[in-house]
Amino acid sequence: MEITVGIDDENRNSLNEEQGLLLLRPFAAIGRRVIAWVGSMGAATIFLSLALIRIPGRNQLSRIIQQTYYIGARSITIIMLVSLFTGMVLGLQSYHALVQFGAAGAVGSLVSLSLIMELGPVLTAIMITARAGSAITAEIGIQRISEQIDALTTMRISPVRYLISPKVAAAIISFPLLTSVFDLIGILGGYISAVVLLGLNGGIYLHSVQTYVVLSDITNGFVKSLVFAVIVATVCCYHGYFTHMRKDSHGARAVGLSTTAAVVTSCVLILVSDYVVTSLLV
Amino acid sequence: MKTPLIEFKDVTKRFGAKTVLDRVNLQIYEGEVTTIIGLSGSGKSVMLKHIIGLLQPDEGAIYFRGRQLSSMSKSELAASFARISYMFQGNALFDSMTVYDNIAMPLRETTNLKKMAIDRKVMARVKQTELTEAIHKYPSELSGGMQKRAALARALITDPQIVLFDEPTTGQDPVRKNAILSMIAQYQKKLNFTAVLVSHEIPDVYFISNRILALYDRRIVFQGTPTELEDFDHPFMDEVIGSLEALQKELTGFYTKRQFAMLNHVQLKRRKDENPYCMVVFSINRLDTIAGLIGHDAAQETLRHLSVFIDKHFGDIGGFSSRRNTGEIVTMLPYSSLAETQEILDNFAADFRKQIIPALQAGVCAPEGAQAVDATITAGIAEGHPSTDVDAVIARAMSQQKEIGRLSCAPGV
Repeated sequence: MEITVGIDDENRNSLNEEQGLLLLRPFAAIGRRVIAWVGSMGAATIFLSLALIRIPGRNQLSRIIQQTYYIGARSITIIMLVSLFTGMVLGLQSYHALVQFGAAGAVGSLVSLSLIMELGPVLTAIMITARAGSAITAEIGIQRISEQIDALTTMRISPVRYLISPKVAAAIISFPLLTSVFDLIGILGGYISAVVLLGLNGGIYLHSVQTYVVLSDITNGFVKSLVFAVIVATVCCYHGYFTHMRKDSHGARAVGLSTTAAVVTSCVLILVSDYVVTSLLV
Repeated sequence: MKTPLIEFKDVTKRFGAKTVLDRVNLQIYEGEVTTIIGLSGSGKSVMLKHIIGLLQPDEGAIYFRGRQLSSMSKSELAASFARISYMFQGNALFDSMTVYDNIAMPLRETTNLKKMAIDRKVMARVKQTELTEAIHKYPSELSGGMQKRAALARALITDPQIVLFDEPTTGQDPVRKNAILSMIAQYQKKLNFTAVLVSHEIPDVYFISNRILALYDRRIVFQGTPTELEDFDHPFMDEVIGSLEALQKELTGFYTKRQFAMLNHVQLKRRKDENPYCMVVFSINRLDTIAGLIGHDAAQETLRHLSVFIDKHFGDIGGFSSRRNTGEIVTMLPYSSLAETQEILDNFAADFRKQIIPALQAGVCAPEGAQAVDATITAGIAEGHPSTDVDAVIARAMSQQKEIGRLSCAPGV
């Protein structure tokens, strides 16, 4: 039996309307976020385009070399350390798994292909994000809130050319180089665990690497590292550059939040784009 | 009619729901020092940022030499802004660069000058702003005053036609405040740029300003000379000027021009015309030359010594003083006749030569040196009556000025 006591048609209509709006609210919130996200993606793309266009120019070479030193050269130690242990763990795990099937000879190819195609570019990008990406966002963010970027504008110096372009160029140079260091040290790590510690024949390990790794594997790895370089540099610079536009906070707190957001966004985008690029390259 | 260099017509700026500037109209003329005064947070800096293009108005228009900024092409805008330099309130020095690199940066990035030429220009500015010992230091290693001077040196390094100063003296001690203002005034005269200052250091800025713009309740409520501002009848005067005038006493112990005029008025109103009073006008001649030689801080310190000594000497016998402009002090002795004043002044001059000049020459102003410059301190007396015009008495005292002391200063101290 339908109970409609005390509610006339008009009230019922308005109640239904309110309930309808209530139901739509989560979708509206999602919609707003999506629109904001699409807007940010567009802005970041324009930002990247401007940075790329402004790479050539006076005094840019010295700035690019300086940034390559900060982003690339100073990350080598941590990259070597991480890659050594990644390779050793890979060698260890794959040896124990493959030896059960009498395929221990494939350890070299498994370790090297995993590193060159996947782990090398991804872990290198994540490590650089953690070490240099966060520093880039914090540095630019502080320059923004202390009006140093405005000062550049008033001096007729393009802040994008002066601050962003050298960092983007340095990332594009550094990422593939560090990835290759990661790959080499990782393969060496696999050799140490599989050959030196577990007794696999060294010749078999190296032969397996040589046989199964082809040039396209290496170029695909480099393509990925270039994509990651562009993503990390853009995201980290973008978050720092627009620190003052944050609605949730101001000043030093905004710099902290921008840095966190830059690192998290970069890591997520590295993993997402890894899948996309892999699916395109395979 | 003279075309303004910069003109705002009904400029409105909002940040979210907050209106910061509401239909602001103003004119800034070429070759002048224009000061925008107003309470803290009233939107003065926002106005400056509109001039340099860091902010755009929501409504209204900004004109540069009679041409609307929004109608200019990108290259025309760039050419217009190229003539403008900006000194930020927080200095905005690049904290990862040394003072030298900060100052050299605009030249390195925007000109084709060779390294040697850049070095010459930078070192000249460094010397002028007394930063020689700090050139290899980072901004974080400098005091607030030195950071301000470094920012000033950077703003002036490109010889701009227009310089915008956003609170150039904020956070400085009284001596330093006057030193910075005197430095701005000196460079403005020397380089002939148009200066626009945002300041609440009232009345210190009066001494160097040709025009004052008063921002109150989101609008420009006054445009005119510092003298005209004194006669301006508006709540702004009570709220802003009244609360800030006391600053002047920090430096010299003197009354402001307004307070001095008021005290004169009160003293003379209750006097009979047969009771005379005396006015003494002191001048330090060649203060600018001395400042260029021994530095602005030392020049201000010299002025402060003289001011404090005058205040002490004449204050004890009921006199009160005010600073009329950079190197001129006027003292009123309401109860002294001409003969008494002459005797007091003679005593003052003797004490001044005996105590103050040796003290100054032992400290800020060394007398030895081939390039030593003599600054003369002169004083003149005139008698007035309550019915006489005070300005006429002051003018008469100025015409009677005689040397009471001589200060010899050499550079490099």
